[in-house]
Amino acid sequence: MVQFVLTRLLRAVITIAAVVTFAFVVLRMSGDPAQVMLGPDVPQESVDAFRRAWGLDQPLWIQYLAYIKSIFTGDFGVSMRDKAPAIDLVLERVPATLQLTLPALLLKLLIGIPAGVYAAFHRQSVTDRSVILLSILGFTIPSFVLGLILVLVFAVTLGMLPSGGQGTWAHTVLPILTMSIGGIGILARFSRSAMIEVMGQPFIRTASAKGLKWRDVVWGHALPNAAIPIVTIVGFMVGSLIAGAVVVESIFSWPGIGRLLVVSVTNRDLAVVQCILLIIAAAMVISNLAVDLLYGWLDPRLRSRAAH
Amino acid sequence: MNTVTPNLVELRDLKVAFDGVQVLHGIDLDVGHGEAVGLVGESGCGKSVTWLAALGLLPGKASVTGSIRLEGDELSAAPRPTLEKVRGKRIAMIFQDPSSSLNPVLRIGRQLTEALTIHRGLTGESAKAEALRLMDLVGIPDPRRRFDQFAHEFSGGQCQRLMIAMALAGEPELLIADEPTTALDATIQAQILDLLVQLRSETGMALVFISHDLGAVSQVCERVCVMYAGRIVEQGSVDQLFGAPRHPYTRGLFDAIPRLDGPRQRLVPIPGTVPNPKELPRGCAFSPRCRHATQFCLTNKPRLLLQPDGRSLACTNPIEAGREGAVQAKILEEAIR
Repeated sequence: MVQFVLTRLLRAVITIAAVVTFAFVVLRMSGDPAQVMLGPDVPQESVDAFRRAWGLDQPLWIQYLAYIKSIFTGDFGVSMRDKAPAIDLVLERVPATLQLTLPALLLKLLIGIPAGVYAAFHRQSVTDRSVILLSILGFTIPSFVLGLILVLVFAVTLGMLPSGGQGTWAHTVLPILTMSIGGIGILARFSRSAMIEVMGQPFIRTASAKGLKWRDVVWGHALPNAAIPIVTIVGFMVGSLIAGAVVVESIFSWPGIGRLLVVSVTNRDLAVVQCILLIIAAAMVISNLAVDLLYGWLDPRLRSRAAH
Repeated sequence: MNTVTPNLVELRDLKVAFDGVQVLHGIDLDVGHGEAVGLVGESGCGKSVTWLAALGLLPGKASVTGSIRLEGDELSAAPRPTLEKVRGKRIAMIFQDPSSSLNPVLRIGRQLTEALTIHRGLTGESAKAEALRLMDLVGIPDPRRRFDQFAHEFSGGQCQRLMIAMALAGEPELLIADEPTTALDATIQAQILDLLVQLRSETGMALVFISHDLGAVSQVCERVCVMYAGRIVEQGSVDQLFGAPRHPYTRGLFDAIPRLDGPRQRLVPIPGTVPNPKELPRGCAFSPRCRHATQFCLTNKPRLLLQPDGRSLACTNPIEAGREGAVQAKILEEAIR
């Protein structure tokens, strides 16, 4: 078990290191922040001064080593634009993003899983077919299209809800809906197929033959098995809580992490972009790690395999 | 209870169809109190379906008609709660593949105590004590340590023992063993059979033993039903059927078993394959594979009729009693040719 956790941890650290390195190199090779920050008509001396001030005149590997060193001291760099610590700028945006992603996650779980399970037990019924159809529709519509349709219907035509910005709870309704519909579709489909698969297993027949009530067969014997594949998807969703939705935040001008990322990439605000990518990678990796541990807890077969 | 009947279970004209395809064509079968009945036939002949239907364990797309009486109480079309009280409590069932018949993510102890709770109201320590006793009874060594283990930590034979322990939890009057040894290797098979025989003599429960292994059936049962394509074709005591099989299909089953005693003989396979339930022959379902079939057999379905010696037989042109020696010689001749 200890070895299982240690190998996963090592893998997690390697993944984060790879993301950080990749982001660092690509950002520096894809455009000069001095040009973007200062504009096209600035004299060369100013550009050189800017580059010297931010250490951009140094060879790439020296910059990289300095960056890694500073990360370990808790210094994530300073925003070239706002002259404030990048980490503060990013953390400032976290609550706004969570204000959308947490309710969206909750909706996905509360609607997606029960809908899928219900459909599994009413196969070939009208409800089942509608669930399948809606879920395919849900996860195939790109969020920018869905977001615009929702704005068109509820904000422009019906005038029921605001089309963007942050303010009252009403401002959160459309972005949350846009974010959750795809996930609801995915979870519904996954739960449905996981449940159908499990209900066809011999041990379910055993549980029924034993005289268990139908309800206990489903809750006590089928769901713990069906949970294993569902957890994978949910883990991915939890991991992307922080990453938010770049597209949805942009559509609804929501001041979250996703928007900050878009703006910072456009401005070549290196420290902020690196900081966001680091946090997103860490969140993803941690939730993956949690899923792996959860697997071990849900599936005793994996636990004993890991022990060997 | 209504009327007192000598039989524990009576199946009458039990028919099952899947998506409109008839797989069981009217089974009449009685199981007496404490009796051991073998159900024999090739895969797909309806042995398992008969009992899954009786307990209401077939998937929803199956349509079941006919009568299933348990000590006079009708179970067919009974509401789910009624069936749930019968399953495990009065009629328990164990299955072919023990390893996948146990829930992989629940501890064995929990799966055992669960049955004890619903059928005997035992909870907590008393349920655990009884579960340990059952594990010991079916021959699981060191039950206390293994109580908290999972199915994958047990061997196939042990899983079947655990299935049997679970089936015994409700102290059933009838245990249906659906090919309980098919997935196990030969030495383990023998142990499980011994266990079933021993438990039956200790508890006095009736046993329905579903198998295609005639040797196992003769070891465990007193009476045998041979099924073919969804019908019972011959039924009688083990001695009758093993001594003088009269249905050509029963005969064919015996001829296909290698003998350990006597000279080496060529095995006689039954030619052809089991018919597809969607396109059964017009007459006797076995007629296309039968060496005795006449024109009459091809067009007329034989009925299961009681014979003077007490067996039932569904064949218009059976092997005559007392002439099996000659018949065997003839079959052998043909096979060698």
